Amino acid sequence: MSILNINNVHTYYGNIHALKGITINVEKGEIVTLIGGNGAGKTTTLKTISGLLQPREGNVLYNGENLGKYKAHEIVYKGISMVPEGRGIFTSLTITENLEMGAYSRDDTQGIKDDMERVFTLFPRLKERRNQVAGTLSGGEQQMLATGRALMTRPSILLMDEPSMGLAPVLVELIFDTIQQINQQGTTILLVEQNAHMALSVAHRGYVLQTGEIITSDTADNLRNDPAVQKAYLGME
Amino acid sequence: MKKENFIWNSIKIGLVAGAIGIFLCLVGMVEIFSKRDVVKDVISLGMFLLLATSVLAGFIASRRTSDLLEGNKAVSNLLAGTFAGLFTGIVLALFVLFSSQVNLRAVFLNVTPALLELLTFGQGTDGVWQILVFGTVAGLVGGAFLLLSPSIRKPIVNAVMVIIFMALFSSLFRVIMVNQSGGIEKAAKYLFSQTGLTANGGLIFFFGTILVSVLRSSQAGKVQNLVDKLPQKGKLSLRVASIILLAYVVIMLPNAAGPFIAQVVVIISLYILMGLGLNIEIGFAGLLDLGFVAFYAIGAYTVGLLTSYGEFGLQHVSFWVAVPIAVLVAMLFGGLLGVPVLGVRGDYLAIATLGFGEIVRLLAGSDFMAKYLGGPRGIIGIQKPCIGTLGEFVAVDVPRVCNGIELGKPQEIYFIAIASALLIAFFSYRLRESRLGRAWMAIREDEDVAEALGIKLVQAKLLAYMLGAAFAGLGGAIFATLVGSIFASSMQLIVSINVVALIIVGGMGSIPGVVVGAIALIGLPELLREVSEFRFLLYGAALVTVMIAKPEGLWPSQNIRRELHREEAAPIPSETTS
Repeated sequence: MSILNINNVHTYYGNIHALKGITINVEKGEIVTLIGGNGAGKTTTLKTISGLLQPREGNVLYNGENLGKYKAHEIVYKGISMVPEGRGIFTSLTITENLEMGAYSRDDTQGIKDDMERVFTLFPRLKERRNQVAGTLSGGEQQMLATGRALMTRPSILLMDEPSMGLAPVLVELIFDTIQQINQQGTTILLVEQNAHMALSVAHRGYVLQTGEIITSDTADNLRNDPAVQKAYLGME
Repeated sequence: MKKENFIWNSIKIGLVAGAIGIFLCLVGMVEIFSKRDVVKDVISLGMFLLLATSVLAGFIASRRTSDLLEGNKAVSNLLAGTFAGLFTGIVLALFVLFSSQVNLRAVFLNVTPALLELLTFGQGTDGVWQILVFGTVAGLVGGAFLLLSPSIRKPIVNAVMVIIFMALFSSLFRVIMVNQSGGIEKAAKYLFSQTGLTANGGLIFFFGTILVSVLRSSQAGKVQNLVDKLPQKGKLSLRVASIILLAYVVIMLPNAAGPFIAQVVVIISLYILMGLGLNIEIGFAGLLDLGFVAFYAIGAYTVGLLTSYGEFGLQHVSFWVAVPIAVLVAMLFGGLLGVPVLGVRGDYLAIATLGFGEIVRLLAGSDFMAKYLGGPRGIIGIQKPCIGTLGEFVAVDVPRVCNGIELGKPQEIYFIAIASALLIAFFSYRLRESRLGRAWMAIREDEDVAEALGIKLVQAKLLAYMLGAAFAGLGGAIFATLVGSIFASSMQLIVSINVVALIIVGGMGSIPGVVVGAIALIGLPELLREVSEFRFLLYGAALVTVMIAKPEGLWPSQNIRRELHREEAAPIPSETTS
């Protein structure tokens, strides 16, 4: 059984039909990526999974359980954690405080401590600056912090929204390395990206989204070699 | 080129200062304040205002000249100051001449003959030339002031500030000191006159402050060293000693200072209670609430209905039973307000809560509810708190007898108010450090991210409303008992605005900030009766000044300070890299 099933989901913003019946499966232990251009519905898909938006039709199953009846914060408790687009960190709090905020849903003091150490091992840069105010961090460090904060809920599946946005190429590589590391430590990842090249290089499988519909899906390697995908998203002729 | 430039600049500054002077005259400040003295027979407060305006104009012009000419050039600085002061004087002189020819009083009520008399030093239009001399000299002094070295400038500024402070509060100190016996009483009469400082007092305070400032700047390091050298135990006992001293002052104050001061302190405490409540909503959770007075009213009315021996009293329980009930009722209404406005954010929330506040006030004063709440007649005959047992309820309009100590006077309610404020401040502090406090902070920063982190928005927001309302309800309950009656007309929108203003001035989300804000915005106008006429003018001025000079508030919380001074927070503390 897959850890996450998105079945024929239709989501609307008012009258705007943003997701037109998409179906996605994520297996345990995978990195699955969702690629597509602006306005394809990538972020909408993540928001629908995390409960910030409600699908009008279709459903999202997590370990076989319908998430429709849960509120956004309850979904976090179930083990689905999101790294929001644009990072959404608390700029006036310190790094440590941001991470502690990530552990809001938990009360096992020792576990929180261990996980904070784990985040600091993944991102040594954060450890160096743990008492610094998050607003003073660079874009890459903020992305690390947002990812670390999401890990503090000890999720079984991590939803990542455009982790490469606005980052220098060196940092993009660093972030994607870390994504692979997190995955190897046992966290399933659903990755939304415009940077299709990077996304497909770390993912196991991918889905291509266009104006609210899935136009193709395959293993990452096959997608990379698909001429249509190459032309549209990888910038190759 | 440059030379003309700085003189023209100084003239402009002088014109602006003159306009400010005219404004101070037109709103009536100069005349009213001239009844108070800074130093008796030397200078009145009203005159001081005008003098300070010209000196300041001279000082600013002189400083601007230093900027323009890049460096101090004594002659230019003095010239700039003189021009600024002269033009301040010219503007004021023209104003005097104009208003002596044309009757301005039809529009500006404050342009009285007495004001003109005052401005010309009692010599009518013939004395106009004196204004020019006065202004020029003041400007020159202001300009020269810049040339002094900072180590001389600072003690003088301090001394002038202390004199003003002492003069403003002279009646307060006088009352307290005259109530004491022997030497203190004599000292009071020596230092303070009925309206301000005596000449001797002025000299003593002036030179005393200069002495203290000079000593402080030269000896401060040594004293600090001494304190630092103290062993841990010594530091602790120093702190304990200062707390005991503070407690002693707080306990002795009402008896020494009398009912008026006690009442002012009670009112400050009530605003601290409301401020701490609203601080939970605005400062912690970021929910702007402009109808906060509603909860205050609900607390007050609940106590009224439960304890009044007048015709609207439903029950006649004691104060100690009524207060917890009032807090609970206010809390309930906090929840009731919270539910419909949960989905509303930002400006819309402010409007919605504004409506709620007005609804409560209008309902309480309406004929519709008059059967239960007394309408415009209000609820009177609220029983005073009683330590001991209350006698039987006999009949309407007959208070229950208190077998024990009745806390009726402001000096006695003072203790209840202070104790409540302390308790709630402690409670607030613990709340901020709690899990719930964290949730509020996350909501204030970013609602969506907070929800994505597993924070229950509905629960956290409702709790913010309910706890905020509970604190305000407690304030209202004490207010009702202090005054002994409640009228819907005292629950105006302006109370809510005051509370918001004191939080902003004190520093959002900061608990000591609420205390400082309440003292500055509520306490000072209560103490300075003359000033209270210009309360709203000064409010506006204070808000604008604080927003420009210290946008994080007078005593900000750490988060806000960090947010507004990011450059200073940026350096990485090296010891944490281990």
